[in-house]
Amino acid sequence: MNKHLLSGADLSHTDAMLVLDTAEELARLADRPIKKLPTLRGRTVVNLFFEDSTRTRISFEAAAKRLSADVINFTAKGSSVSKGESLKDTALTLEAMGADAVVVRHHASGAPHRLAHSGWIRGSVINAGDGTHEHPTQALLDAFTMRRRLTEGPVQGRDLAGRRITIVGDVLHSRVARSNVLLLHTLGAEVTLVAPPTLLPVGIDSWPCATSYDLDGELDKSDVVMMLRVQRERMNAAFFPSSREYSRRYGLDGRRMALLPDHAIVMHPGPMNRGMEIAAEVADSPRSTIVEQVTNGVSVRMAVLYLLLSGGTDGEALA
Amino acid sequence: MTPDPKPAPSVNIAAARSTGKTPPGSNSHHSDRDREPRLARPVLEEADIARALTRVAHEILERNKGADGLVLLGIPSRGVPLATRLAARIAEVEGRAIPVGSLDVTMYRDDLRLRPARALEHTDVPPDGIDGRRVVLVDDVLFSGRTIRAALDAIGDLGRPQLVQLAVLVDRGHRELPIRADYVGKNLPTSMSERVRVQLTEIDGRDAVTVESILAGDVLVEPVTGTSPAAANDDGATA
Repeated sequence: MNKHLLSGADLSHTDAMLVLDTAEELARLADRPIKKLPTLRGRTVVNLFFEDSTRTRISFEAAAKRLSADVINFTAKGSSVSKGESLKDTALTLEAMGADAVVVRHHASGAPHRLAHSGWIRGSVINAGDGTHEHPTQALLDAFTMRRRLTEGPVQGRDLAGRRITIVGDVLHSRVARSNVLLLHTLGAEVTLVAPPTLLPVGIDSWPCATSYDLDGELDKSDVVMMLRVQRERMNAAFFPSSREYSRRYGLDGRRMALLPDHAIVMHPGPMNRGMEIAAEVADSPRSTIVEQVTNGVSVRMAVLYLLLSGGTDGEALA
Repeated sequence: MTPDPKPAPSVNIAAARSTGKTPPGSNSHHSDRDREPRLARPVLEEADIARALTRVAHEILERNKGADGLVLLGIPSRGVPLATRLAARIAEVEGRAIPVGSLDVTMYRDDLRLRPARALEHTDVPPDGIDGRRVVLVDDVLFSGRTIRAALDAIGDLGRPQLVQLAVLVDRGHRELPIRADYVGKNLPTSMSERVRVQLTEIDGRDAVTVESILAGDVLVEPVTGTSPAAANDDGATA
């Protein structure tokens, strides 16, 4: 495993399976009276969030605390960033405080890469979402959730070979979609992206996945349907005529859910726009794994922190 | 280093059955320490292991005055099949099954910062838990004592047993912590330049305990930490 986790493509099949299997063991911690391990005692994990987040930040914080690491939460609001401090100066401050890992979310694509490779900090960098680029721990927790729901019998050592996964919606602005396509491809799944032509990025033919403009045609052969949030805050042009039209063509409602095979699950990385890309009756149905994804997020992030942070501070190749 | 296919009869079976009370260094292996070992040297064979486990099972019952409240927890990987075998023997004597589980101690180890991250093994605590129970930890080789220290910490996070005891197949000495075993299959004085390899049918396809020199040819392979040759190999089978 690399020292940093910046992209879904950083993980080989072996690495990804190691993360998932480790997370599977760590998930059992939830059943114990003491939900804490001493593994990262004395290590410092900094949550560096330049962009709003609820579940990712809380999830990383819970994961680090369950491994006994010290957690420092940094949010751009209320910090010197609002006075104009640069990413570099912020990073140097964190390094001076001895951060062993920096979990970074930034509105600019590539910011975690810059942090990891600039020499500003020595610790591991974990990308918790950068612009419209990547969000690898979300992809890991999605893969973890799929594996748990779709595998019969023990999940250890099983990948997602042959599973058909349909990712629907605002692919253009979605870091979740990018990371998922890369990771799910590594794990052997067949991914299809479904979106209006305006919401598919240029160069999508080079991604290891198929594309379609027609949601109804994909549903009956899907094991997983993952709905993406329509990211209005990133939309600076008219990508579709109206919300209602988008919802009609690409929203998952009760009728479309009925077209899915019986075993298929519905996922959403959150936060949801109920009534837009997903209907309330679907979000609250037993097929929806949305709450489960949040729970699994903690286990997966514990696994990532453990695998990146144990094994010395010099960042030697792991596992 | 493959085990010698024709085991030299360097160990007699009486020694294999020696009780855990024998102090290290005082049994029939003493002469082996003067000889420089170069190949895998068999110490226990299938029948020896079976006899040692039967004796340990009886000792556990005797010391605890029966099987009431007993829970066996094996430390992965090879402690788990050993715990299962001990439980089967205890069940034979007592006529009822006793709870068996496994306890992975990886996250409690004191060398996590020094070594590459390892995959976790299963922790599987019996459904009734360990609170107020008499827990017997089971492992294959007792060496520095660090694994057992980690296991004691792990148990502390799982509950509060009435007492904790330790059963090992082989005690090879060289303790680095004040830890001792309550039940020992075989006391095996070793040099720091040797490795004890335990093989069990459930994992390795055969039952055997061998001692290997970590001399490769005539070049001494330096252990990674200098204090623990076990740390030099990633194979959980040896210690």
